Amino acid sequence: MIPLSHFLILSAIIFTIGIVGVLTRRNAILILLSIELMLNAVNINLVAFSHYLQSITGQIFVFFIITVAAAEAAMGLAIIILIFRGKAFLNVDEINLLKG
Amino acid sequence: MPSVTLTAILPEIILTALACIFLVAEPFVPKEKKEWMGYFSIGALICSGLSLFTLWGRNITTFSGMITLDNYAIFFKGLFLVVSMLAILISVRYIKIEEINFGEYYGLILFATVGMMFMSSAADLLTIYISLELMSFSFYILTAFMKRDMRSREAGIKYFLTGAFTSGLILYGIAFLYGLTGATDLGSISAYLSQHNLNSSPMLFVAIVLLVAGFGFKIAVVPFHMWAPDVYEGAPTTVTAFLSAGSKIAAFSAMLRIFMVGLGSSYDSWWQLLWLLSVLTMTLGNITALVQTNFKRLMAYSSIAHAGYILLGFIVASRIGMAAVLIYSVAYAVMTLGAFTMVILLCRQNSRGDQISDFKGLARTHPAVAGSFVIFALSLVGIPPTAGFIGKLFLFNAAIQGSFYWLAIIGILNSTVSLYYYFKVVMVMYVQEPQDVAPLSFSPTLTVALCVMSFMTLFLGLYPEPLIRAAVQSVQFFL
Repeated sequence: MIPLSHFLILSAIIFTIGIVGVLTRRNAILILLSIELMLNAVNINLVAFSHYLQSITGQIFVFFIITVAAAEAAMGLAIIILIFRGKAFLNVDEINLLKG
Repeated sequence: MPSVTLTAILPEIILTALACIFLVAEPFVPKEKKEWMGYFSIGALICSGLSLFTLWGRNITTFSGMITLDNYAIFFKGLFLVVSMLAILISVRYIKIEEINFGEYYGLILFATVGMMFMSSAADLLTIYISLELMSFSFYILTAFMKRDMRSREAGIKYFLTGAFTSGLILYGIAFLYGLTGATDLGSISAYLSQHNLNSSPMLFVAIVLLVAGFGFKIAVVPFHMWAPDVYEGAPTTVTAFLSAGSKIAAFSAMLRIFMVGLGSSYDSWWQLLWLLSVLTMTLGNITALVQTNFKRLMAYSSIAHAGYILLGFIVASRIGMAAVLIYSVAYAVMTLGAFTMVILLCRQNSRGDQISDFKGLARTHPAVAGSFVIFALSLVGIPPTAGFIGKLFLFNAAIQGSFYWLAIIGILNSTVSLYYYFKVVMVMYVQEPQDVAPLSFSPTLTVALCVMSFMTLFLGLYPEPLIRAAVQSVQFFL
């Protein structure tokens, strides 16, 4: 049997890749994909814990995360299309009317 | 078969059902009659509020411990209903001027309200997550609602990307908390943490940091605040008002339950973190607000600073501290909505009305409007006799009683700093000559909302007993 720590390390690596992607990628769709990576790292974590703890709650949680992530992707793409219609490029560095 | 008590979610059921009916009926409402959708939405909110009113004093835990209906939840639900009612009242004319007069607007506001209401009564990390997303998704769309306006779209994508990133952080924190305690409901988590001394566990620390960072984004505390000014500036002003009042308080209501009920027994491992964030948020929010020329950005930084004040109540973690959070939430909601109403009034066909210079000479042309802004400004600073004063009095009093003297001193100093930028706007209104003589965008509903907000700000300052009693009764179930 694979020990729990292997799953946790895998999920930590994927989560980190996701965070680095969000922070360094400049294309809106790639940022969205990096966020999906983060969510899937969470899913691995939850399923591993659920198996290890012999508790079903974690797996139920994963179903909800998958569903919400699908809705999130749909909404994100809708907003990205809105931006694309106005500008025809997706580089987030050029979305800079509002200066923070 | 676990028992299900539907009365515990009756207000939400009513609101969801009516919102769905509105969405289906929307295409059959002619374009020039869309404001009726707004009036019907207010009716839906009132129906929901009436059913909520009958539940006061009950303490129901249902759906296998996922939903708790106690006075705390009812207090916040009532507040969200009032906030969303006021948001609709100030929207009716505004969305016509901005040409976003669609029925979906009101439907989304109702769905966001349902999300907020569930957040305040969610007692399981799963329900907290789902209701948080329900609220956030509605706000992502509402933020980008002015499809033809590049700023609104930009605000939409910025809010969406940070929001989605945030929910990733919250979920990772939840996963660790689940792995550590083997449960997702706050009661079991609390029981596990009080039985096992895990204060030095790195996993608990990571979970707490991730949860604080995730919720920190939602309530816009420094250093997770960068999205707020841009989103507040770009979004339709009515949405900004609803976002800053509703979504922030909803996140606070869920966070308070997580930290007081779920993580209450490991208080020692999180209070220093929140202390640091609170001080940073108050100070940076107020100092950055000093140099703003755009009123919506100024209000964004002011609302960041207010999040810092509210965190005081978390750090004190006593019953009086929690009651102070509740009282301050009410005051904050009313005065913030009121301040944003000024921008909505100034938004005319030819100007967005969100620059501070747009306020020039308002006292000469519209003394009543200027007067009501003075009330909101006094309240935002925390000067008696206004609601903001009572809120700050309770927060700082709680901090002093919990021997957090430095925190109280920093908070009071910060309030003094905030006097400058709110009264800079007041000065522009009273001292400078009027420039633009175009009439303000008044509408009967907006007048009603403005009167209600000014009245409530003053009334809660002069006669706060009912509010204090309700807040104290609401936190009795905790600790």
